Amino acid sequence: MKILVCIKQVPDMESRFKPDSAGVWFSETDLAFRMNEYDEYAVEQAVRLKEQLGGEPELTVLSIGPDRVVEAMKKALAMGCDRGVQVQDPSPHLKDPFQIASIIAAYAKDQQFDLVFTGLQSQDRGSAQVGVTVAELLNFACASTIIKFEYADGIVTVKRELEGGVKGIVKLKTPAVVTCQLGLNVPRYPTLPNIMKAKKKEILVIPVGDLLHEQPLAQTATFYAPAKKGTGVVLEGDVADQAERLIAILKEKTAVLR
Amino acid sequence: MKALLIGESKEGKLLESSYELFGFAAKLGAETAMLLIGGEADLPSYGGTLYLADSGKYGEYNPDLHKKLVLAAVEREKPDYVVFLHSSYGWDLAPRVAASLKVAQLSEVISVVEGGFELPCCSQKMRRTVKPATPVAVLTLQAGAFAAVNPGGTPQLQRIDVEGAGGVTFLGYEAAEAKGVDLAKAEVIVSAGRGIGKMENIPVIAALAKALGGELGASRPVVDSGWVPHGHQVGTTGQTVSPKLYVACGISGAIQHLAGMKKSGFIVAINKDKDAPIGEVADVLVVADVMQFVPTLTAKLAK
Repeated sequence: MKILVCIKQVPDMESRFKPDSAGVWFSETDLAFRMNEYDEYAVEQAVRLKEQLGGEPELTVLSIGPDRVVEAMKKALAMGCDRGVQVQDPSPHLKDPFQIASIIAAYAKDQQFDLVFTGLQSQDRGSAQVGVTVAELLNFACASTIIKFEYADGIVTVKRELEGGVKGIVKLKTPAVVTCQLGLNVPRYPTLPNIMKAKKKEILVIPVGDLLHEQPLAQTATFYAPAKKGTGVVLEGDVADQAERLIAILKEKTAVLR
Repeated sequence: MKALLIGESKEGKLLESSYELFGFAAKLGAETAMLLIGGEADLPSYGGTLYLADSGKYGEYNPDLHKKLVLAAVEREKPDYVVFLHSSYGWDLAPRVAASLKVAQLSEVISVVEGGFELPCCSQKMRRTVKPATPVAVLTLQAGAFAAVNPGGTPQLQRIDVEGAGGVTFLGYEAAEAKGVDLAKAEVIVSAGRGIGKMENIPVIAALAKALGGELGASRPVVDSGWVPHGHQVGTTGQTVSPKLYVACGISGAIQHLAGMKKSGFIVAINKDKDAPIGEVADVLVVADVMQFVPTLTAKLAK
């Protein structure tokens, strides 16, 4: 069995974002990058499937981007993926989701993958398109937004998270793509021995030009901070002072404190 | 300009959120037609063309067949925009349609702006204006971004049928877990978010809830991590609440959380990130480390 896990490296979402010089995405200055949170669930689920099947499946982790994405791939390798593929691209942010999906599909099409795991969406762009589009381009079955995953004899059974806490139970045959929602599992922390082992695992580098044959279908015109709609009071400074000011406001504005 | 709106139904019932599609079309100034894969017993109040396929025949979740139905309606209607809700149904189906048509898809549209559409990014902290580069575009709309409009009338029905099976088998729904606490009745809710740092800090938040005579709520990551049972979750996949006072402790304000609590009477947010999206809905934003501020507040309330 061959499994592909597609991950993205994204900035820490608590960062302060500023537009880059072109004004179409964030400037990377002062940003710390990490694995997209949704993709951590994808890696974990793939590793659990490998363990369930006695270590037989081969797990390939793929990421598109500049050399910094190797850090996120090393984490996936330390979590239990076997080998990495970096599609080297200095400017993945200038590709639209269709192009990103087409790059992954171009890599995967001759590789006979049985299963593709990825996150529901990225934390930075959040299109929720790439995984589903990869499935379309490869003509694989696909279920998105999964919060439970089971596999037996070529059949995948998942629970999709719907609105209001309801779940939809869905069965699909491999080859298939699943996109992982938060809470699917509890992603493991790589252990030190596994981090050391991961350093020896192979990472294949493919220039993006070898795999990208599509023009963008959409274009970002501008990237900016939203106009502040919040009309609320902002309390800063000393904690004790903040608490007293808040209590005064609550007494004045709500019937909760008497 | 013409928009084909993709309505949603569940167990044969039209979902109210489908009316947000008409609200969007009005903002865009587009003529409309709607496709509904649902039940004939519950049609939208709408006087235009309604392409109808029976969800009894095509299934509630059969993305391959639903895609074919959308493509058949697109073929007949020749719209400029194919518009979905950004829901578990819409974000699952829209990319399949966009890929088949090989046209642009813009996800989670929040407004129509000059030269394109406004989309959120970076976990709702930033915005982008995006332009489709194709004559037809597929859009998904953020829940609640466009006010629902009820156009009124009786639809002109056009049945739509396609052949084939599909690679996914829908086995049924599983109901939401029973609510542990009925947060809808609480006058005060104090919710814990990931910003509290660790499970051991939950009692500190619970103590504030108690001091204010309220219930403990939680954001999704806190529930996913197992710090608090699911019955306490506030948001789209948990409970929708509107207490007199809502205190968000270390909650950044994901859209799914905001949708579940923004109608609260008075909102206090405690967050060390002054730019966190929760600030957009807060009446008071306390910029502080939540684990320093909350015990101080609780102590002062006890006096």
